[in-house]
Amino acid sequence: MPRRKNDVAITMDDVGMEIDAEYDSGSDVDSKRRAKGRNKPKPAARGKKAKPADSVEESEEEEEEEAPRKRKGRKKKEESEEESEEEQRGRRKKAAGTKKKKAAAKDDSEEESEEEKGNKRRGGKKGANKKEKEEENNKEKKGNGKAAGKGGKDKQDDKKNKGKNSSSSSSDDNSEDESMSEGEMARLKEDVEEKKKLIATLRNKPWRMKRRLKCLKEAQAFVEKFEGALGKGKGRRLYAFKVMMTKVLMGMPYGSIARKTVPREEQDSAMDFSVLFEFGGYCKYSIMFYGYYNYQRSIGLLQFRLPLSYLLVGLGIFGYSLMVVIRTMARNANEGGDGAEDGAFTFCWKLFTSWDFLIGNPETADNKFASTTTSFKESIVDEQENLKDENIHLQRFLRVLANLLILCCLGGSGYLIYYVVKRSQEFAKKDRNELSWLQKNEVEIVMSLLGLVCPPLFEVIAELENYHPRIALKWQLGRIFALFLGNLYTFLFALFDEVNAKLENEKEIKNETIWALKEYYANYTLYHNVTENIPPPNISPADVIRGPCWETEVGIEFVKLTVSDIQVTYLTILIGDFLRAVIVRFLNYCWCWDLEAGFPSYAEFDISGNVLGLIFNQGMIWMGAFYAPGLVGVNVLRLLSSMYYQCWAVMACNVPHERVFKASRSNNFYMGLLLLVLFLSLMPVVYTIMTLPPSFDCGPFSGKDQMYDVIMETIEKDLPPFMADIFSYASNPGLIMPAVLLMVLAIYYLNAVSKAYQNANMDLKRKMQMQRDEEKNRRNNKDSTNQVMKDLEDLLPNKSLIPPPSAEETEKPADQLSKSPKVTGKPGAAATGKGVHVQKDVSLAAANPRAPVTRPPGPRPPGPLPGNARGPPPGQGMGRGRGGPPPRR
Amino acid sequence: MRSDSQGDLRRTLSYFFLHCSLHGRYHELAPHLVPMDYTNDPDVKIPLALIVNMPELKENPFRNRIVESFSEDGQGNLSFNDFVDMFSVLSEMAPRELKAIFAFKIYVHSFRGYFNVDNYICNEDLEKTLNKLTKEELTPEEVNLVCEKAIEEADLDGDNKLSFADFENMISRAPDFLR
Repeated sequence: MPRRKNDVAITMDDVGMEIDAEYDSGSDVDSKRRAKGRNKPKPAARGKKAKPADSVEESEEEEEEEAPRKRKGRKKKEESEEESEEEQRGRRKKAAGTKKKKAAAKDDSEEESEEEKGNKRRGGKKGANKKEKEEENNKEKKGNGKAAGKGGKDKQDDKKNKGKNSSSSSSDDNSEDESMSEGEMARLKEDVEEKKKLIATLRNKPWRMKRRLKCLKEAQAFVEKFEGALGKGKGRRLYAFKVMMTKVLMGMPYGSIARKTVPREEQDSAMDFSVLFEFGGYCKYSIMFYGYYNYQRSIGLLQFRLPLSYLLVGLGIFGYSLMVVIRTMARNANEGGDGAEDGAFTFCWKLFTSWDFLIGNPETADNKFASTTTSFKESIVDEQENLKDENIHLQRFLRVLANLLILCCLGGSGYLIYYVVKRSQEFAKKDRNELSWLQKNEVEIVMSLLGLVCPPLFEVIAELENYHPRIALKWQLGRIFALFLGNLYTFLFALFDEVNAKLENEKEIKNETIWALKEYYANYTLYHNVTENIPPPNISPADVIRGPCWETEVGIEFVKLTVSDIQVTYLTILIGDFLRAVIVRFLNYCWCWDLEAGFPSYAEFDISGNVLGLIFNQGMIWMGAFYAPGLVGVNVLRLLSSMYYQCWAVMACNVPHERVFKASRSNNFYMGLLLLVLFLSLMPVVYTIMTLPPSFDCGPFSGKDQMYDVIMETIEKDLPPFMADIFSYASNPGLIMPAVLLMVLAIYYLNAVSKAYQNANMDLKRKMQMQRDEEKNRRNNKDSTNQVMKDLEDLLPNKSLIPPPSAEETEKPADQLSKSPKVTGKPGAAATGKGVHVQKDVSLAAANPRAPVTRPPGPRPPGPLPGNARGPPPGQGMGRGRGGPPPRR
Repeated sequence: MRSDSQGDLRRTLSYFFLHCSLHGRYHELAPHLVPMDYTNDPDVKIPLALIVNMPELKENPFRNRIVESFSEDGQGNLSFNDFVDMFSVLSEMAPRELKAIFAFKIYVHSFRGYFNVDNYICNEDLEKTLNKLTKEELTPEEVNLVCEKAIEEADLDGDNKLSFADFENMISRAPDFLR
């Protein structure tokens, strides 16, 4: 085990060296500066580029600690090295650039190779640089003038460095980069602290501003450089990541094998912008797409299984997304249920908690006023919604008509896309130079245009239906959803046709390749007279015959779609929002009517539409990510940039939506859509993984009949045999069917349980409501709320003094109808929305008009009961559990 | 242990600085009235009109009510202590109950006394609140409807107005209140 570790460490170091050399080869570093740079703030010229080198060293140092064995072995050597540093330097210079596998010398050699490169490159420039350097040193001296102890030492070092032009420098400089002993570290720390203190107290120093600034800059640079080195710097992790990416995970670099190389005939145009823009050329053979990955079973020393992990990650993304979405939905559902019943306090909450006390901006405040007003109006409309009593037949006819129209739209758009995709496949067979830009991008343009035109069209059609705004919004969202999904799926089906054609094509090419290979072997045997150990044909990877690689093609289609979606979104915002806002704002000075309030006005920010766009974007990523892993990166960039961009657009050129009807109170409506999209985008991907054979010469699954063979292979070769047995049992249909059955039953049972709980909940709510009403009535008058009891009481002879309730009933509805008869009709509905219908009974009870209680409840005055005797007070006609029977409709 | 005492220190310090900066703000509002030196605890009050112009309150529709409800005399004149009080209640660290009490005070327009249970939010209070919140853009019928619905929803004891208990019960369940 330790042996293995050692190995890993050593190779890592080697890699580090390579990377480093590459990194620094571009920077102009001369050896002197390099040596000095160890404990001096680096001159700005070096700046960033030097950093990786430092971090690498740092990490190596830490690695040493991690692998004590290695260290023990070389400790002695190091010590001797420190002593004879100068001689060694000279000697090593000759050997510079060559990799030394000996761990003991790795630091130096690395450094040296950099120096060498720097020297070679620079030559003439050196003189100038020296000057610059000296200036630097002078500054240093000034800056460190007042710094005690170490500062003085630094100065000395500087002098030394200035004096000698060679790379030899004082041994204590080097000891730091060889291996920082405890003492060195402590000293360095102290130093950093000192500089920090200097920065903090700089303001109090009686210096001229110029000097202060200079000093400050130097101190800051120093602290910046060494603080990172002392702490558990980021550098090490970055370095490890780099090593992992290059050596351990990616396998062979670009250009090593056919699938990672641009074919010869494409090479001329591979760097053209127009080609790259369509993700051809170098893009196509880069890590962005499926085809780049190699089928080699395990890579590097960690035995990283790329094909297996490719498949598992591809499927794992779906599993993880499903889990996240469902968990979120469950949490939302819980949140909705935990507090009061949803909507019990709609008006109260709106009244008392809708103002945001953090608002300090007049414009925001105006927006808030507007949105509060709209939300009140929304609630009022909700209340009055049931009052509408219109021609039901006309309504129905119009709704059917609207749905028909929309179905036509959907079908038409689907057909259009199918037609366009087919056409584009025709075009793809032609030479791409003959095609116009329009012909090349037809699919994307048509899809984007449909996405732009159809939603407003649906909105216009939806006017016919005359739904309540919230319901209308849901319909609208559902229709846009159907449109997008339909388009996406048509696109997919057309793509499948193409894939099948490619598969046919591929078979031929595969046969040809095999044929060619056989021929080659036969010829080789003929010429060299050997039958075994024939070296593989020596063809440059650019010239190898290759198949169409349908996976990469699919990936490219998705990336193109995403990119065109990004473009369209951004352009829409730029033109539809920004340009419009500019025109409205500035033409308003010289126009016949008020542009701001009148026709064009400013664009509204469409929340639900934007959310839907996000959902679809996510669906596209889910679908495409398996064939184009780079799509995820593209999407991250898109989301980041579009957040800031849209934020700017909203603040600068949009006005709040006039209808603030949210599609739902909880977010579960959108989460449900997201779940549906996830499921629908999961299906085609899993289908292709399960059924279509992978390409024979590209991607991590090449050479296998099916993609999931990777898993079988792992089970067979890597896991102990009993695991294979377990898996074979588990995949037996006899076991799967009962498991599915069990799950279905469990779902059924849980569903039933939740229904029962729901009923119990409703029951409790109803009881609470009843109790509340009862309580209210008992306070206001002694009357029972129960109609039967009331009737009974009426029948009793000694109650004849009470005026019959009918007198009130006649007088009340007139009062109430003027405001909102519906409220009287269903008093309970206001609170819960769904309506707890028991209240109907309650409201049938005698009117219990309430007036503000002006005195504490005490013994009742003699005479008739107060409630009834007082009659309805003005403006108080609509309390719950009171009032006459509902108007019979 | 160390971190604890550090935390304490930090809290004390932050409180101290808050206090200082608050006094700075207070002084800023009326430099001619407020002395910088508070050692003798002078009896200084800033009138409502000046306080209401603070950027924090300027856009708030309830600004007058807020200031009034924090002033000891009920007229909206704030002493420095009242001023600190207002900030502490409006800060996000204040407990929910305290906020509920002061919210109640703010919404009861004819509030008498510091805080007592005899106060109610009645229909007129609601109307005023609503008009402030919507800049009087609702029709009288709509205002009436909203007020009645609100009372109907929150009034638990059926006296046709909202007592503090009703109010607290309602507002403690509100999703937007202190979250």
